[in-house]
Amino acid sequence: MLNRDDDILKTAEAWKKAGHGVALATVMETWGSAPRPTGSHLVINDEGTFQGSVSGGCVEGAVVTEALDVISSGEPKMLEFGVADETAWNVGLSCGGTIRVFVEKVG
Amino acid sequence: MKQETLTELNSERAARRPVIVVTDIAGGAQRLVKAADFAADPLHAELDKHLRMNKSAMIEVDGKKFFLTVHAPVARLLITGAVHISQALAPLATSLDYDVTVVDPRTAFASPERFPNIPLIAEWPDTALPPLNVDRYTAFVALTHDPKIDDPALLHALSRECFYIGALGSRKTHAKRLERLKAQGAKEADLARIHAPIGLNIGAISPAEIAVAIMAEITAELRLPKVQAVKENAA
Repeated sequence: MLNRDDDILKTAEAWKKAGHGVALATVMETWGSAPRPTGSHLVINDEGTFQGSVSGGCVEGAVVTEALDVISSGEPKMLEFGVADETAWNVGLSCGGTIRVFVEKVG
Repeated sequence: MKQETLTELNSERAARRPVIVVTDIAGGAQRLVKAADFAADPLHAELDKHLRMNKSAMIEVDGKKFFLTVHAPVARLLITGAVHISQALAPLATSLDYDVTVVDPRTAFASPERFPNIPLIAEWPDTALPPLNVDRYTAFVALTHDPKIDDPALLHALSRECFYIGALGSRKTHAKRLERLKAQGAKEADLARIHAPIGLNIGAISPAEIAVAIMAEITAELRLPKVQAVKENAA
């Protein structure tokens, strides 16, 4: 049931109500082989805790870092991840696709 | 996203009502379009198309880019009859991400051994169906061949506007069924919505193949535009 995001958005709401800073990341565009479809969500709170997935594990670390930035600045960001040779195993998609992820603050 | 938008979004989702978040890429402005407001929305055609496909996407209208985050309720499949076809149909529908429930008052049929990991209700439809909140995101299939079980369930499914309603049986069996349902007050227009004989005509023979034919027909009903329905409304 990979395409069920129910709990993720409920988690975002619960964190917000508990007083956390929260960011919502959404896969907005994909090219080539992308592990998660457009509309997939990842939510992150100000402690760096996250739930959901935008890439099946490849770029979540980087998205979380950027999300903490978005939570403190309040400014949304559009991130792009693609394959880049040796960095593909680091921050990138080993499957060879490109994705664009929108990160916005909740609140 | 505003906290109020998120709260509203979650409550619409919890109520199994479709909802789409429209994000203006240029300015970041966001709005929530609820099911009741789709028809009047300027992006109506795009919203309708993407909701039907249950696909979030970037769209461009008059040179402006919008991202549509589509939240369609999880489709459900309700089956009356814990029969051989259901044993093939239930896991098939589950693999297609449907929430499946099987109803059959005959406990010898509705046994967990025959339906591993599928929610089973060994009750008559009168008892079993009302608490299930059957809705327009539910597909209903009547597979028992027993009017005592299938008929009341069909009437319930019609009253809840299931997006797909199908019933097992030959044309002759179905003609008799229509007579019975009419005698119980069902309207012609509603009865015309019942797919019978059930499933796409793919020459299915075995229960598993019949299950494929049924699932194919349900998929078509869920995904294809309702051209016919639109025409009928216009007429």
